[in-house]
Amino acid sequence: MNIFILIPLLPLIAFLINIIFGRGYIKDKAHLIAIPAVAGSFVISLIALSDVIGGKTYNFDVYSWIVSGDFKVSVGFLIDQLTAIMLLVVTSVSLLVHIYSAGYMHGDKGYYRFFSYLSLFTFSMLMLVLSNNLLQLYFGWEAVGLCSYFLIGFWYEKKSAADAGKKAFIVNRFGDFGFGLGVIMIFLVIGSIHYADIFSKVGGLQGQTIFILGYDVDLITLIALLLFCGAVGKSAQIPLHVWLPDAMEGPTPVSALIHAATMVTAGVFMVARFNPLFSLSEIAMMVVALTGAITSLFAATIALVQNDIKRIIAYSTVSQLGYMFLACGVGAYSAGIFHLYTHAYFKALLFLGAGSVMHAMSGELDIQKMGGLKKYMPITYWTFLIASLSIAGIPGLAGFFSKDEILWLAYNGGPIGKIVWMIGTIVAGLTAFYSFRIVFLAFHGKFRGTHEQEHHLHESPKSMTIPLIVLAIGALAAGWVGIPSALGGHNQIGHFFEPLLGHPHVTASHAEEYQVMGLSVLVALGGIGFAWLFYYLKPIIPRLFAYWFKNIYRWLWNKYYIDELYEHIFVKPAFWLSRSVLIAVTDSKIIEGLVNGIPHKIRDFGESLRKLQTGHLQHYGIGMAFGLFTVLTLVLLLTK
Amino acid sequence: MINQLEYPLLSALIFLPIAGAIFVALISRAKETWIKGTALFFTSLTFLLSLLLFTHFDKTTALMQFVEIGEWIPAWGVKYFLGIDGISVLFILLSTLLSILCVTISWHSIDKKVKEFYASILLIEGAMIGVFCALDLFLFYIFWEAMLIPMYLLIGVWGGPNRIYAAIKFFLYTLVGSLLMLVGIILLYLFGGRTFDVLQIMNVNYPFGLQIILFWAFFAAFAVKVPMFPVHTWLPDAHTEAPTAGSVILAGILIKMGAYGFLRFSIPILPEASVAMAPAMMVLSVIAIVYGGIICLGQTDLKRLIAYSSVSHMGFVTLGIFALNTQGVEGGILQMVNHGIVTGALFLSVGIVYDRTHTRQISDYGGLATVMPVYAAFFMVFTLASVGLPGTNGFVGEFLILLGGFTASKPLGIIAASGIIIGAAYMLMLYQKVFFLETNTKVARLKDMDSRELMTLLPLLILVIWIGVYPNVFMGFMDESVKNLLERVNNTQTLPPDLSRIIEGNK
Repeated sequence: MNIFILIPLLPLIAFLINIIFGRGYIKDKAHLIAIPAVAGSFVISLIALSDVIGGKTYNFDVYSWIVSGDFKVSVGFLIDQLTAIMLLVVTSVSLLVHIYSAGYMHGDKGYYRFFSYLSLFTFSMLMLVLSNNLLQLYFGWEAVGLCSYFLIGFWYEKKSAADAGKKAFIVNRFGDFGFGLGVIMIFLVIGSIHYADIFSKVGGLQGQTIFILGYDVDLITLIALLLFCGAVGKSAQIPLHVWLPDAMEGPTPVSALIHAATMVTAGVFMVARFNPLFSLSEIAMMVVALTGAITSLFAATIALVQNDIKRIIAYSTVSQLGYMFLACGVGAYSAGIFHLYTHAYFKALLFLGAGSVMHAMSGELDIQKMGGLKKYMPITYWTFLIASLSIAGIPGLAGFFSKDEILWLAYNGGPIGKIVWMIGTIVAGLTAFYSFRIVFLAFHGKFRGTHEQEHHLHESPKSMTIPLIVLAIGALAAGWVGIPSALGGHNQIGHFFEPLLGHPHVTASHAEEYQVMGLSVLVALGGIGFAWLFYYLKPIIPRLFAYWFKNIYRWLWNKYYIDELYEHIFVKPAFWLSRSVLIAVTDSKIIEGLVNGIPHKIRDFGESLRKLQTGHLQHYGIGMAFGLFTVLTLVLLLTK
Repeated sequence: MINQLEYPLLSALIFLPIAGAIFVALISRAKETWIKGTALFFTSLTFLLSLLLFTHFDKTTALMQFVEIGEWIPAWGVKYFLGIDGISVLFILLSTLLSILCVTISWHSIDKKVKEFYASILLIEGAMIGVFCALDLFLFYIFWEAMLIPMYLLIGVWGGPNRIYAAIKFFLYTLVGSLLMLVGIILLYLFGGRTFDVLQIMNVNYPFGLQIILFWAFFAAFAVKVPMFPVHTWLPDAHTEAPTAGSVILAGILIKMGAYGFLRFSIPILPEASVAMAPAMMVLSVIAIVYGGIICLGQTDLKRLIAYSSVSHMGFVTLGIFALNTQGVEGGILQMVNHGIVTGALFLSVGIVYDRTHTRQISDYGGLATVMPVYAAFFMVFTLASVGLPGTNGFVGEFLILLGGFTASKPLGIIAASGIIIGAAYMLMLYQKVFFLETNTKVARLKDMDSRELMTLLPLLILVIWIGVYPNVFMGFMDESVKNLLERVNNTQTLPPDLSRIIEGNK
């Protein structure tokens, strides 16, 4: 028995204990089961990481899951560089969120349920990243989606929460539809869905085409794009991003864990995992890069004008995930994963900080109604500030190094790279702006809420502030493993990933690197400066802007009306088709008419049969015997 | 052909419930508890006995097992011929399990003609097992028809307000189908050397034209039972009006018989025709998947929604079967079992609240998760299995079917895969309206499941997870038989079943 099996198993056990005994026995002690379990997973993950750093990787099957003819798939674990980092991210953030939740969810009537779902989520996410084959990845993929559904709709009495959970699940299914077909395609052309087989044989597929729906399509491009559909859903990229902002209906620790640090990054993880496949298709790479770039710009612009603190951070997440795809799309997978890793800490911190604010403000989300919180909750303020500086890309903090690596490699990535680099730089400015918009509106200036709220303002309890402090350390220092040589560092993480994820060829000089870096820092400082000007010095300016650019403002405020669009082209037509066509016409008129021949006659016939229908078994027995007799006679006559 | 046991196990499985029905009939009408107890005893005993199939089945052979053979009507070549293989064994186990649950779920909800009710259940059980064991067409036909009458009674006597209409509709549909099948059976007999022995008939080479006629004759009976589009409209009515036990038997076993018929008779006896007709069957299946799914979105009645979802799910089953490749057929068989478990469980679950509220309108519910948390958790697991979430049984079947279906035809595989989106939409919509949101005042005082109800659902919950996590235990049963079946199909002289060529045009 391999000790690494315990990594996912411990949270699974915690889930089973809490879900079965939670309601009757454990109740508000549920965290005492869940926290040690995830702490155990964290410790074993550290062992795994140190093994991998030491040069060891593992790939083993646990048991054979589905076998049908030549289709075989196991439950199995692969622990390599990529997995090891993901394990670290998942278990560490999960542990902190567990601890934080013990304070945040205290007194909620669904306390045990909450911890059950957190454990189940942690288990599922670990199964996803540990998988050594596509189907187990798919299992984890769907299972994290399920937990997300449960946790978004945790307060299910609220319609908006129940709706948001359902929306997340169904929108993701659109992505899974493509992903599932991708898995099937891979099996059909490679004959296996285990990573090792896929990656060793994928090179042989180059140049092959497949005839599908009337077209000859490049096989590798098709497979890569199908898989990418899944990533677009899970990682909330255009056009399937609509579920993530709504997902903020869930409790805030969930937003930090699932909708910022871990689950939503599964798409990036998957693309990086399949880098041997994606890298073989220029078209697929271009689609990934452009989807990421466009999404990151699109989401950042929406974030500029929103007032709901969690939704701003959610759009920020969509935007940052776009950044990661942008990196993958230019071949800078290791930079993408590096950003995934730093983002996990500063974004989780932003969410938990927002949760701390909500905790003090009795659930208030509107940043226009906050202000001056700095003096009431200093720990929350300082940690939130560190996270904001980190996401803005201020030199020295974690976010700076990963973002800089992405932009630099994009800059070197040919014509597409240049385009996405430009978009990325603009987004860097927008990111700094909207992040500091929160900082200034919520923490500086005067308090704008009700007196009652002001009276209650307080710093959060230790179980919440300690995770904030730990994450702040991460948001500050997590990037120091990736200091580029241009700044005198060794980029250890880049070298760590190189055997697995490769490293794009860089032709430009150090001088250019300084320019690229300087530009993004300048843009970030500009963003912060404008935020300071708009929301601290002259609060009249944003109102004037909203007035001058009314139409643009309305589009941004309404998130480009994408939800409304989908409502009209998918949801309503589907229900209309169901009710007004299939139920009202096809089934009841056409089919009943055709198949029954004379449908209304049935009822009349029924009336006359009712007299026969006496309810006495013996009558039916006689009927049956008569029927049998008829059959026998028929056979006898025919055989003569 | 082998029989690994010294005694006629299959006959025992068929006649034990029938004997139980006789016992029930002999008990005084007033002693209701005795009647129920007897029914529970016989169904449980049959189930325990059927476990011998689970333990003694030889998974390494495609031969018929537990065979019993005897002359019955020698003049016509009719034999009493029973035997099972990997295709039928799981359905017998499913039948014996679901029969117990039908008894326990009806414990308090059936209060009129109690004696006849439990006798009917036991008779149905015997006949169902007979259908899955019979290897003589004549015997098969008798069991097939014998099921019809008690089922008709279940709907017509113990059903909802519109039960007579539903019962007669059910009866007429199935009867018309069965009569055509009877003609088919007689043709097989006449052209196949005057025998009803299925194994002998399988070795007869019927001319292609006759095969096509026979295929459609059997199709009439089997497609109605499945039910395939467009002969599905009896199902929503029958399900909706039937008492809980009736719905469970219908969804769990009865409609599986259609798909089973294709596997046991149509494909092995008429391989050329099956290959030639496979494209048409796959197209009908895909229509059923999408059509049945979309029509669920607009339903307002709990049972009707689940009934239509069966049309969609059975579309997956027939798609897999007529993909005529290993993954498709194995997935199809497994999905039949899965659908029996999951839809059976969903109908049992609906029965549990229906007993309390006497309404099936979705809008009469809401917020049940607060009132009945344990029930809500069970229903959630069954919902997820119905949606095909990995880790539940529904995923394994659906995935293999899509794999098989996509292999046979890419366009149809793609359309079928869209069923997973629609499936999530209507099931989650149902779950939300019933369990989430503010608690509806009409259901605010409901009690959570009692231990009887819990024990009724628990075995199905365990199976959902077991098959989802470790399906090999169950799939191991069918491997050899499916391989044998497909070899028979592949040995035919006609074109391989590559539908894509037909649908995508020549290339």
